Amino acid sequence: MMLSVRDLKVSFRTDDGLVRAIDGVSFDLEEGEILGVVGESGSGKTVSLLAVMGLITDPNAVIEGSIRYKGRELVGLPARELRRLRGNEIAMIFQDPMTALTPVYTIGWQIAEQIQAHQRLSRSAALDRVEELLAEVNFPNPREAMSRYPHQLSGGMRQRAVIAMALSCNPALLVADEPTTALDVTVQAGILDLVRKLRATHNSAVVFITHDMGVVSELADRVMVMYAGRIVERGSRSELFNDPSHPYTRALLGSIPPLTGDKPRRLPAIPGSPPSLLRLPKGCAFGPRCPARYEPCDAGKPDLAGGSHAAACFRVAQA
Amino acid sequence: MTGTDQPILETRALSKRFSIGTRFSSEGRRVVHAVDNVSLTVRRGETVGLVGESGCGKSTLARCLVRLYDITDGQLLFDGDDITAKSLAELRPVRRRLQMVFQDPSASLNPRRRVGDLVAEPLRVHAKLTSAGIRERVAELFDLVGLLPDHVGRYPHEFSGGQRQRVGIARAIALNPDLVVLDEPVSALDVSVQAQIVNLLADLQDKLKLTYIFIAHDLSVVRQVSTRIAVMYLGSIVEEGPSEEVFSAPAHPYSQALISAVPVVETTPSGRRKRIILSGDVPSPLKPPAGCRFHPRCPVAKDRCRTERPALVEHKSGRKVACHFPASV
Ligand SMILES: Nc1ncnc2c1ncn2[C@@H]1O[C@H](COP(=O)(O)OP(=O)(O)OP(=O)(O)O)[C@@H](O)[C@H]1O
Ligand SMILES: Nc1ncnc2c1ncn2[C@@H]1O[C@H](COP(=O)(O)OP(=O)(O)OP(=O)(O)O)[C@@H](O)[C@H]1O
Ligand code: SF4
Ligand SMILES: [Mg+2]
Ligand SMILES: [Mg+2]
Repeated sequence: MMLSVRDLKVSFRTDDGLVRAIDGVSFDLEEGEILGVVGESGSGKTVSLLAVMGLITDPNAVIEGSIRYKGRELVGLPARELRRLRGNEIAMIFQDPMTALTPVYTIGWQIAEQIQAHQRLSRSAALDRVEELLAEVNFPNPREAMSRYPHQLSGGMRQRAVIAMALSCNPALLVADEPTTALDVTVQAGILDLVRKLRATHNSAVVFITHDMGVVSELADRVMVMYAGRIVERGSRSELFNDPSHPYTRALLGSIPPLTGDKPRRLPAIPGSPPSLLRLPKGCAFGPRCPARYEPCDAGKPDLAGGSHAAACFRVAQA
Repeated sequence: MTGTDQPILETRALSKRFSIGTRFSSEGRRVVHAVDNVSLTVRRGETVGLVGESGCGKSTLARCLVRLYDITDGQLLFDGDDITAKSLAELRPVRRRLQMVFQDPSASLNPRRRVGDLVAEPLRVHAKLTSAGIRERVAELFDLVGLLPDHVGRYPHEFSGGQRQRVGIARAIALNPDLVVLDEPVSALDVSVQAQIVNLLADLQDKLKLTYIFIAHDLSVVRQVSTRIAVMYLGSIVEEGPSEEVFSAPAHPYSQALISAVPVVETTPSGRRKRIILSGDVPSPLKPPAGCRFHPRCPVAKDRCRTERPALVEHKSGRKVACHFPASV
């Protein structure tokens, strides 16, 4: 097992009280596997993977549980060790490209710096490598683009620069947080091919956070659905799309606007909003919005139950 | 001409060029042709979807439309009024009516201010409201975009990506503008929140007669919200028409490739549609190709395309295409 996360909990102390962002998340990832993570905005997708990367810097954060990478416990590992792992073996593509880029240097400089921090290469060899990488992520005229500052690039070009940076070390584990949201579908298709190529050539494992169900259904081997800091359903791609069982997953899939046929006047959105993480309900967190809710749902939290295809729902468990 | 036919926004041959210096190339200072000769008419109450390849100039055009960028060439008219060269002071009354939601929410939200303040700011500057009135309006806006009341006192970094995006939307609609330019407003949101926002935008449009220019990469969302769409390629509009028609029968070879590449959830593998893969290098706006700018990658290009640039002309009623050999629709 490459990555094994057990009962991960992340909370933030705020002026208003404790925000329970991650409330007991467990999952495994094997080498060569692509795991898609989907779920409600604010459900903890980013925070749970930042925790895996040891990248939660907020001093008010409290992290509990266990994160094992190739058998090694990462929770509590000194920052220096973590930094060495990142960049050499583990790479992350951030949801917001500007987190990974600084505005004051050109992107060529920044990517070359990143390469040289982890590989013994001369400056000119590193710059050649940057050019290659930028060409791979579809930059027109990569040599010229290297001399641009981040603000001189389009949103999607910034995102692709960050992807190039993450791919520069052929990571064994790639965590990609919404890496293609700013990309048009043709460029996106190219990036998905690069991710598949990384897996094919280096047997890398990939965690791919996205809310684009089409992307998940094209790329992921397995899928994990999050709601209010917990995993509510997980399974293989076909289990999840052909036979979704959790009411939230079903509602989520039902909200996708159609690409062909009649346009609905309104999209079927899930009524209500997710609970405040300051005051989670005692029962199922999806309960207040759930069409299938019945008495047991208000009494306690449903556990993730089932084999490879599992759901955290009393109704599903009873069926 | 009836009142509603008067365009709320019009560009006439609008162009935007950037001049940049280079360090790694020997070619010296260069000019980026980010937006090239765009003429677009937007009528009151409609939603124009703007789509196209990453880097084709959508955000630049958006920033020109709200005059965050100076316009290099051409004209920009808002409600019949030429605002191409208006000074900041002259633009002030227009600003309230013309708002923008930015692609990069974290870059447009001051990290040191609480989000409640950020949403209140345009109200303080432009609206005559008491502080209680402002608080009430902020609460109403939070509710509209699906943020919780206890989010008011938080800082932008304490939010998820999608929550920050909603703060941007709340700010933009705070003053009941006439036209909102939305640059990737829902791309950071999961599909259910996305559906809520899309419905919300439609409700506001019905209620307030809002006009939108909507930029997004998710073509099924664009189709849902737009009455018309404009497809851009390398700084120019290559196809324009009623959104459902363009989606079901794109006429420009680039539009065809774009629409064919949309990933969709297919439960049966045999149901996958055929994707048109574009070969050839992505051209650079520094050195746009001669002739039709799409010709190096176009599957149907002929000799004429390499030398003569096609103009955006009416192809059939309501549909404009810039191509010498458009598909019959
Ligand atoms: N530093 C922080 N302080 C307080 N709360 C935080 C902090 N960081 C994140 N949160 C909260 O934790 C929750 C989970 O956030 P996270 O960024 O993981 O969501 P997400 O699933 O990635 O959402 P999105 O799809 O919108 O990016 C959110 O409700 C967010 O408001
Ligand atoms: N300030 C700037 N200086 C120089 N070039 C710029 C600047 N801003 C944008 N560009 C260039 O102009 C072109 C158009 O960029 P723009 O941001 O408008 O694209 P976009 O269509 O919004 O792309 P995306 O879908 O990736 O957001 C790109 O080639 C970009 O590199
Ligand atoms: S446990 Fe109950 S409330 Fe929760 S999702 Fe299942 S049916 Fe709905
Ligand atoms: Mg996130
Ligand atoms: Mg853009």
